[in-house]
Amino acid sequence: MKFSNAWLREWVNPQLTAQELADQITMAGLEVDGVEPVAGEFTGVVVGEILTCEQHPDADKLRVCTVAGHPDGEMQVVCGAPNARTGIKIPFALVGARLPGDFKIKKAKLRGVESKGMLCAQTELELGEDSAGIWELPEDAPTGKDLREYLQLDDVAIEVDLTPNRSDCLGIAGIAREVGVLNRCPVEGPEIAPVAAQIDDSLPVSLAAGDACPRYVGRVIRNIDASATTPLWMQERLRRAGLRAIDPVVDVTNYVLLELGQPMHAFDLNKLSGGIKVRMAEQGEALTLLDGQEVKLQPDTLLIADDDKPLAMAGIMGGLDSSVTEGTRDIFLESAYFNPLAIAGKARSYGLHTDSSHRFERGVDYHLQEKATERATQLLLEIVGGEPGPVHLRELTETMPAERHITLRRARVEKGLGISLADDEIVDIITRLGLEKIDSDADGWTFLVPSFRFDIAIEADLLEELARVYGYNRIPSESFGAELAIEPRAESQVDEDALQDTLLARGYSEAITFSFIDSDTSALFDPKAEPVALQNPISADLAVMRTSLLPGLCKALQYNLNRQQPRVRLFETGLRFVPRGEPSGGAPSGGEALKQEPMLAGLAYGPRYAENWTGGKDWVDFYDVKADVEALLTHYLGGGAAAGAESEFRFQAGEHPALHPGQCARILRGDTEVGVLGALHPQLQKKLDLPKTAFVFELSLEALGETRVPALQPLSRFPEVRRDLALLIDADVPAASLVETAVETAGETLTDLKIFDVYQGKGIDFNRKSVALGLTFQHPSRTLNDEEINAAVDAVVGTLEQKYNASLR
Amino acid sequence: MQDLQSLTDQALELVEKADELAALDQVRVDYLGKKGQITALLKGLGKLSAEERPAAGARINEAKQQVQDKINARRTELEQAAINAKLAEETIDVTLPGRGEDQGNRHPITRTLKRVEEFFERIGFTVEKGPEVEQDYYNFEALNIPAHHPARAMHDTFYIDPTTVLRTHTSSVQIRTMEKKEPPLRIICPGRVYRCDSDVTHSPMFHQIEGLVIGEDISFAHLKGCIDQFLRAFFEADVPVRFRPSYFPFTEPSAEADIQCTACGGEGCRVCSGTGWLEILGCGMVHPNVFAACDIDSEKYSGFAFGIGVERLAMLRYGVNDLRLFFDNDLRFLKQF
Repeated sequence: MKFSNAWLREWVNPQLTAQELADQITMAGLEVDGVEPVAGEFTGVVVGEILTCEQHPDADKLRVCTVAGHPDGEMQVVCGAPNARTGIKIPFALVGARLPGDFKIKKAKLRGVESKGMLCAQTELELGEDSAGIWELPEDAPTGKDLREYLQLDDVAIEVDLTPNRSDCLGIAGIAREVGVLNRCPVEGPEIAPVAAQIDDSLPVSLAAGDACPRYVGRVIRNIDASATTPLWMQERLRRAGLRAIDPVVDVTNYVLLELGQPMHAFDLNKLSGGIKVRMAEQGEALTLLDGQEVKLQPDTLLIADDDKPLAMAGIMGGLDSSVTEGTRDIFLESAYFNPLAIAGKARSYGLHTDSSHRFERGVDYHLQEKATERATQLLLEIVGGEPGPVHLRELTETMPAERHITLRRARVEKGLGISLADDEIVDIITRLGLEKIDSDADGWTFLVPSFRFDIAIEADLLEELARVYGYNRIPSESFGAELAIEPRAESQVDEDALQDTLLARGYSEAITFSFIDSDTSALFDPKAEPVALQNPISADLAVMRTSLLPGLCKALQYNLNRQQPRVRLFETGLRFVPRGEPSGGAPSGGEALKQEPMLAGLAYGPRYAENWTGGKDWVDFYDVKADVEALLTHYLGGGAAAGAESEFRFQAGEHPALHPGQCARILRGDTEVGVLGALHPQLQKKLDLPKTAFVFELSLEALGETRVPALQPLSRFPEVRRDLALLIDADVPAASLVETAVETAGETLTDLKIFDVYQGKGIDFNRKSVALGLTFQHPSRTLNDEEINAAVDAVVGTLEQKYNASLR
Repeated sequence: MQDLQSLTDQALELVEKADELAALDQVRVDYLGKKGQITALLKGLGKLSAEERPAAGARINEAKQQVQDKINARRTELEQAAINAKLAEETIDVTLPGRGEDQGNRHPITRTLKRVEEFFERIGFTVEKGPEVEQDYYNFEALNIPAHHPARAMHDTFYIDPTTVLRTHTSSVQIRTMEKKEPPLRIICPGRVYRCDSDVTHSPMFHQIEGLVIGEDISFAHLKGCIDQFLRAFFEADVPVRFRPSYFPFTEPSAEADIQCTACGGEGCRVCSGTGWLEILGCGMVHPNVFAACDIDSEKYSGFAFGIGVERLAMLRYGVNDLRLFFDNDLRFLKQF
């Protein structure tokens, strides 16, 4: 809602500057977005009159005018405007004038002819959008009068960004009411006296849409002069409110909308057949709107129709065919109350948003219709003349909004707001807002809510009104007490922060990427998934919900490589969105058909170590990243050194569409897959335009589960003994199998087993490899003797020989 | 005994000349060892008379001691020199950078989230989380925003289907928490939220922290106290805070909290569009309809809720001037946090 400060001041005039007023209403909940001058900055412009207008001798497009308005008498001005002609009044910038943009008017010669001053277009004064020619002022404009004074341009336009609950402030009257309450000063609008009917004509109106339209006021006005011009003062007020002047009838209805907040519509009476019917649209009906577009009407759309056809989309926009034109002589004025629920969302569903729909869907005072009709009639008679018929009201009392009574309990004021207010003050504030006290008792009061406040329905609403008018900032700030009880917190729950800290310490920086990605990239990484698509994506790049965090990290990698960052370590935690069940079987509803799984993913690209004088320019490899993953998994092992902990997580050669088939590991905890680790598939690497290999991992924080709470194993006081074995085995036997078997066979005294060397190549059969195992034995309560250890080692060797065709080197 | 003197002198001279431990040891063996030349003189004592013997013996022992002392001193000298040489040899340039992995950096959004969580956790709030693909019911209906409510136009909502949305705020977690836990409640709900809007000042994905306090006597004054304290703690400054009436369907009364512009101190500048104030969060008292949706008796309980824009806080706190920087994941940006 944008309005002229000067206009408001006619209604209510507290001793505040415009800026102070803006600050005041902002603090009362009507947030002011801007206070701006209504015209460009200029001086020295007066109302001029063209007395003579001759063709310039040397220029086709220029005219030489004699212009009155300068205090020293007539001036010769050369002008290029096509509409320059004798007899019109125009803005005349005198020599010495300053125009917007600090443009100074000087004496000049144009093609040899002297010019003293300039005739101005609207745009040159920042007073409108018309730049086609010089601005033609009304005939009665007083020649010589300073233009700023004449147009009362020392005014500002105040723009209020109203919240949807304050429909009552979508008009000058409402803003004035609010300002009056805040300043305790009188509010007085223009006198709106009923205009007596001069003719008997009226139009039958039938309301056939129940509570969608329970109230409709119509009036016939005959013999208007639609070719009249809207007076400049009205044009200016419309302009300062951000509306364009169109024609006098539309301008008047717009003016009333701005003044009182009642949207109105005028039909050309002679285009209507029969009476007015307010009804819902029927399947297949169509209507050409004022803006020229033809719409197919949906059956949930409220219509204004006549006996034959739809005329207007009720409360949203009129139809073209029944609109008032220059040739219109008789009009039918509509001023109705449409239920917000009947209008809400409808305009948007047709891609429309109008000043009218904006008000109706928020709520228009349902007792305002007659007053608005009288006001519009009064203004129309002044401007276009005509003979009004009687005001014709149709009302469905049973579907009118019910009166709202609200009880405010004194105790709730202090309990809810933390302040205690005197009874008088409470009642005073509430009644100044337009509520009527209809009852009171020992506990509090009952008020009647006025028809213009759609947002007041319950006691809490009155608390807000009290707080708002009293001043939010006068309410004290207090600490609240609370019964604190220690919340249980499972130690077995792994802290996400701790996982992140581990990666941070290992050189990974944290990324945050969008949860939606483009569907092609999604398909590259996860071709089998049917990702959840947005119905209204912002762009094709952000169209489907990610089923993996890896595409986002790879995109961040590309971004960094394009900015000369040679070494990238990134991780992200966040949800992935995996449809459950048959992906094509209907739309998932309510989120349940969708698994929203918290994930932790990482990416490593570039040399193993950051560039350093100590050398080491090797590229990162699988085992570097695996160590990072293992460090993360340690969090799930309660310190990691517990017996059997090593075997809790297993890495198995696996397959993943985005990963290199020979460098991809599935990560399992027990039999549950918890994640994946590997090198990006070379084909994908190529598609992503990555010069070298990137290594990635992705873990499901949900599947990873809980950590062990540490349970101490007693420390042995007896010496440990280590035995090393170098074994030759077939190259394709996974080291993990070897270790698993060795651990199973060695018995309980084996406390540690390490692979300390792997060799394949010269000196060994090409399909064999050498694996060196270091076995550590220790007994909890005595020293182990050689025989025992030898027996254990022999058993290990024997089993490995048998099972994996291993031989000692 | 002329011999003793010259042997001693010879030995001392050799000790003096010895420039390594081995040479020194050779002198000891040659003169003081079992077969050493000075030791040999002791064997000649038997030829002397009983009167002469003690004095001569003493002289020889004295000479031996003299040489031994000299050897010891020289050994210490040589050992020290050896240590010095080794130390010199081992000296490195301590100004060269260390070896190993660089520390990674936390994203400024997470950094901000963690900081905010910590303030609230210290006064007994617990952290709650909820889904990002959310049912219309939790995102709107239960929050007193029925279909076609004009407030829906304030939320540019991403739809998955007509009843499923990407949550437009973390307020949905309020409802989910109130459904499963009994009051009193003190929770904060951090997380990603989504709005269908993208330009210089809007990102289609951003972060919020929702806060909710429910108790038997929670008032608007408590809400003000909580927000005041939080903002002062967050900015580590006695920053003026003001509350403006606003509108959210799920709170009544509703407020918008502004802080005095941190860039200009209230004078008015580009950052605050000349107003001197920065809009920092929305808040209010929980609407009775919201309580009703969660089966909480609004006669008995009252509460307040607030929603903080995390990007906004991070931008102000760390001087980030472009929202898009948060989601580019440029390492040159991340490495500054």
